[in-house]
Amino acid sequence: MSAAKEQEETKKLTLVQAVQDALRTEMELDERVLVMGEDVGRDGGVFRATEGLLDQFGPERVMDTPLAESGIVGTALGLAVAGFRPVAEIQFMGFVYPAINQLFAHVARFRNRSRGRYPLPMVVRMPYGGGIHPPEHHSESYESLFLNTPGLKVVVPSTPTDAKGLLIQAIREEDPVIFLEPKRIYRAFREEVPSGAYTIPLGELRVAREGSDVTLIAWGAMSRVVLEASEFLVKDGVSAEVLDLRTLNPLDLDGILESVRKTGRAVVVHEAPRNTGFGAEIATLIHERLPLELEAPVARVTGFDCVFPFPMTEEHYLPTRDRVIAAVRKTLDF
Amino acid sequence: MPKTIIYEAMTEKLEILAPDGTVDEQLLPPLSQEEVLGLYRDMLTLRAFDDKALKLQRQGRMGTWASTLGQEAAQAGLAKNLTRADWLAPTFRESGLMLLFGVPAVNQYAYWKGDEAGSLFPEGVNCLPPSVPIASQLLHAVGIGMALQKKGSDGVAVGFGGDGSTSEGDFHEALNFAGVFGARTLLYVQNNQWAISVPFKRQTAAGSIAQKAHAYGIPGLQVDGNDPFAVYAGTKAALDHIRAGKGAYLVEALTYRMQSHTTADDHTRYRTPEETALWAEREPVRRTRLYLEKKEWWDEQKEAALQEELAAAVEGWVKELEARPAPKPEDMVAFMYQEMPWHLKEQYEFLKAEVKR
Ligand SMILES: Cc1ncc(C[n+]2csc(CCOP(=O)(O)OP(=O)(O)O)c2C)c(N)n1
Ligand SMILES: [Mg+2]
Repeated sequence: MSAAKEQEETKKLTLVQAVQDALRTEMELDERVLVMGEDVGRDGGVFRATEGLLDQFGPERVMDTPLAESGIVGTALGLAVAGFRPVAEIQFMGFVYPAINQLFAHVARFRNRSRGRYPLPMVVRMPYGGGIHPPEHHSESYESLFLNTPGLKVVVPSTPTDAKGLLIQAIREEDPVIFLEPKRIYRAFREEVPSGAYTIPLGELRVAREGSDVTLIAWGAMSRVVLEASEFLVKDGVSAEVLDLRTLNPLDLDGILESVRKTGRAVVVHEAPRNTGFGAEIATLIHERLPLELEAPVARVTGFDCVFPFPMTEEHYLPTRDRVIAAVRKTLDF
Repeated sequence: MPKTIIYEAMTEKLEILAPDGTVDEQLLPPLSQEEVLGLYRDMLTLRAFDDKALKLQRQGRMGTWASTLGQEAAQAGLAKNLTRADWLAPTFRESGLMLLFGVPAVNQYAYWKGDEAGSLFPEGVNCLPPSVPIASQLLHAVGIGMALQKKGSDGVAVGFGGDGSTSEGDFHEALNFAGVFGARTLLYVQNNQWAISVPFKRQTAAGSIAQKAHAYGIPGLQVDGNDPFAVYAGTKAALDHIRAGKGAYLVEALTYRMQSHTTADDHTRYRTPEETALWAEREPVRRTRLYLEKKEWWDEQKEAALQEELAAAVEGWVKELEARPAPKPEDMVAFMYQEMPWHLKEQYEFLKAEVKR
């Protein structure tokens, strides 16, 4: 964490408050930073991630937009080309599809097709993932879509401190960043977060727990589930190392390999569907790079290959502590 | 060469029943006393259906609910013109209209409680499951309207949207396709002034939604959406036009969302009490009752009897809801394709076994 050492003051914040704190901190430092999206102004965002920003920075910098995701992302691109640093909010990941044309056909490609003339310093934030029992289309976890689209950086914090440092860094990046916020843990816990500006570099995972028998790899809300499993495993004498990836692209492959070299076993956990989920990519990378060091094949605990279910069965969809523990046992017994 | 005018346009607004209960006799549609009382009854039915859902939600017996409070005329007035040959492509805000169209209350309650099986509607009720992705369903209604036109059907497809939906590209593509293909489609926008916290004026610099029809070469009309007579007469004219094979129509019903956006929202964060009070005076049930009382078609006693009847009906719906079997977790993968591929079979078995443990 750069600059964090110089911080003396801290504030106890939830993850969503840390997002808001990051936006405010960076908007105070850099006039080019704009916030735009549906309900981000007067309402402060449906999750309150932009609360207070309209009052502090005014409607020129905090824009309630018409209800149109393609419009939001497409105009954010124009603003970025013309010198601003827009932070666009998509209200839920399940509503990003109208903007996919802009994201995939333009945002991801602009630097390359202008041979560096038009880099896009812009962030597209969106809450993602299950666990809050909402109606249809409010629980999606399709990070793979963005990871399979070259040109987009993808960040997923799982703690308030990481959320703030990663978001400020994302805003300062010269490339477009998809910033995925695990809404399930928006308010799950509070943490002392440094008050001023600090950054966490993209592409550095965090070792959330050290261990020696097996490496558990997760991001976002699943980092919490995996941590809980690791605590439970201690009672069985299993020492699990927990890696919270924080950034999915660029991926901290060295960090992953370093851990798996030590443990010889790995379990990847994500709530996205299994088929071509990012777990498949991570497992393949580990197998390719450490074919002789593995004690067992890399295991996956994932969501199912179906539409994210309605609230009455949603808890059966999401990976649970017990499913993670079962996968660890299988890996140990291999 | 002199400049010439290539287009001039005019858009009408239809208002018949004023908030104080007086009517424009000239414009009043020829409805019998029984039919007018039927409309009033429909509106109260919607209100009871909606009110119960809000109460269930507060008690934790229902998921998120999008209230139709204040939009009863906009829904009941249109429903009166629909037939079994027609099709609906509704949003989450059309629960009342769906009820009147024949989608059982229990299906809708189950859907919002969080059971997919709720959106399996009875045979013969041509209603798509409510659509949450804003504006997307309007194109479905246009496609169905194109099919009805090709098949020479009597039916009309109705696509629904809110004021917010008119900002999405899909809204404009729907109007354009409807115009180009002469679809048997009514595009029906309930402009309830708000899209969550964003006011109508943030959706468009134009003064109305109805006027946008001109740019797509189809007719457009604005009706007072809190006036059941204007909604009925306006949508009847539009549907007659479509049924006569003359192509698609856009109707904008001006109404007001009296509740928060959904039970997950708090409208006091962005609306003034003055504004909500103003619209409370304009709400549809109140003005209709004033009209009925003036005509001496209604009194306190009849009102009490109807309320009692509706309360019993609502209790019946809740009983039906709570008697439904719980959805099976393994069913989440069972309906994805005609046949389950190997990986879904594996996942199906996994879920089934896990529940047993
Ligand atoms: C594509 C898409 N973007 C965002 C949302 C989130 N959302 C749900 S309802 C809503 C506002 C809808 O406003 P309006 O179209 O006026 O309909 P109303 O709710 O007022 O009936 C928003 C932004 C969504 N469901 N779909
Ligand atoms: Mg609206």
